[in-house]
Amino acid sequence: MGIVEIEGLGKSFEPGSYALRNISFSLSRGQILGILGPNGAGKTTLIHMILALILPTEGTIRIFGKVLSPSTRTDILRRMNFASNYVFLPQTLTLWENLMVYAIMYEVPDPSKKCAEALRMFGLYDKRNKRAKTLSSGQMMRLCLSKAMINDPEVLLLDEPTAGLDPEIARETRRILVELSREKGLSVIYTSHNLGEMQEVSGRVLFLDEGKALLEGPPAELIGRYDVKNLEELFFKVLESGR
Amino acid sequence: MRARHIEALCLRQIYLYRRSLTRLLETFYWPTMDLLLWGFVTLYLQRSTFGRMPAFVSYFIGALILWDVLFRAEQGISVSFLEDMWSRNLINVFVAPVTVTEYLASLMLISAVKVIAAFTVTSSLGWLLYSFSIFKLGVYLLPLVLNLVAMGWAIGIFTTALILRYGLEAEILAWALAFLFLPFSAVFYPVRILPHALRAAAMFIPASHAFEGMRAVISRGVFPPAEFEYATGLNILYISSSVWFFMRVYKKALISGIIPKIGE
Repeated sequence: MGIVEIEGLGKSFEPGSYALRNISFSLSRGQILGILGPNGAGKTTLIHMILALILPTEGTIRIFGKVLSPSTRTDILRRMNFASNYVFLPQTLTLWENLMVYAIMYEVPDPSKKCAEALRMFGLYDKRNKRAKTLSSGQMMRLCLSKAMINDPEVLLLDEPTAGLDPEIARETRRILVELSREKGLSVIYTSHNLGEMQEVSGRVLFLDEGKALLEGPPAELIGRYDVKNLEELFFKVLESGR
Repeated sequence: MRARHIEALCLRQIYLYRRSLTRLLETFYWPTMDLLLWGFVTLYLQRSTFGRMPAFVSYFIGALILWDVLFRAEQGISVSFLEDMWSRNLINVFVAPVTVTEYLASLMLISAVKVIAAFTVTSSLGWLLYSFSIFKLGVYLLPLVLNLVAMGWAIGIFTTALILRYGLEAEILAWALAFLFLPFSAVFYPVRILPHALRAAAMFIPASHAFEGMRAVISRGVFPPAEFEYATGLNILYISSSVWFFMRVYKKALISGIIPKIGE
């Protein structure tokens, strides 16, 4: 049984049109699932639905064996976390204060120790007493990633986490994610427009277009099946054949 | 309801105010200006009438201090919510294991802290500048303040629900909505001054009963029980209604997918 199980998930914001339709997949412990697709494919909507920010119109989301619902929401969210390139942390607060707030919110046993650990993980410990507004956009993303690790999540949802990071930091972030998934069994669902990165990191990928799942599987297997060189070629081939 | 969640949400606001001199000043600046301006106008009127209106200073300064209680209570809710929107942090809060009830409770707690801070400053200024002690209202001060805080919370939660529904377009309501009630709340003049139709409307505003009560305490030394009962009853109704309205808007926001849109 997967740690995250999505079954027949659909979302309609307006009658007659679907932002997502009939999405099903399962994510195992320690697996990294990359969600690919052009703008408007429904990637972010899918992430927001798994985070209980948007209610599905149809289908079920089962996480840690529980169906995501208003009554299970907090129990599930306690074991998950999230970071996005579009969501910030309060800029007036210092890095340390920002993480302390979330460490307490997630009821982390030793908040100070965990804050230091999370800041060190993303190379921000030396800046801990600086205000978040002094950070560059890449550093802000790293702070958001530090926040996302504050509760040692079992499932991590990331929306374009490496957008805005310089190549070296992006590579380091990918390394951390892979290491955490292998060593601590962290399961990750993430979106990115960087297909090279997807290929490098993801154990499986899910192609979305216009709210529909076009393809799903391990990158190497899909590349072989479609007789292409890499995910980028596969991306265009799948989009052309899917439309 | 988990205390740690509420503690974290309050801590975020405490850090914010500790780090922001402008926010801290804003809390005290306007009530101080109001107190200076209207206090001196009142003194002038009192002296011009050769002491024929001795209770004027008490009425006005007391009204200013207590109206600020209501306004700060409302702002403590709606502006604290706006702070999360402005900083694009709202989604982080809504995907944390925090319930809506805990979130509202934290806003109320922060609001109470802001009210106490502002009240300390305005009541001290009232005493220093005009020799007016709000504490001469005695034991009646507590039910008065509690009712005004409760009305401020009801307006604040209602405003926050509208901001959640309409996004930053509705942020002006955080400052404007409380003032909508000002002319009909009998803050600076008794309800009987209002035209007949507005007098009927004032009956449904908890603040009008509280301020009528304040004047009764200053002039006669008693808080009429009926005014207290009306104010309390209306506040229970309005707070329940505003919480219900917020929950309803929140549920609709989950369906319409508006939270990510207003939170980014």
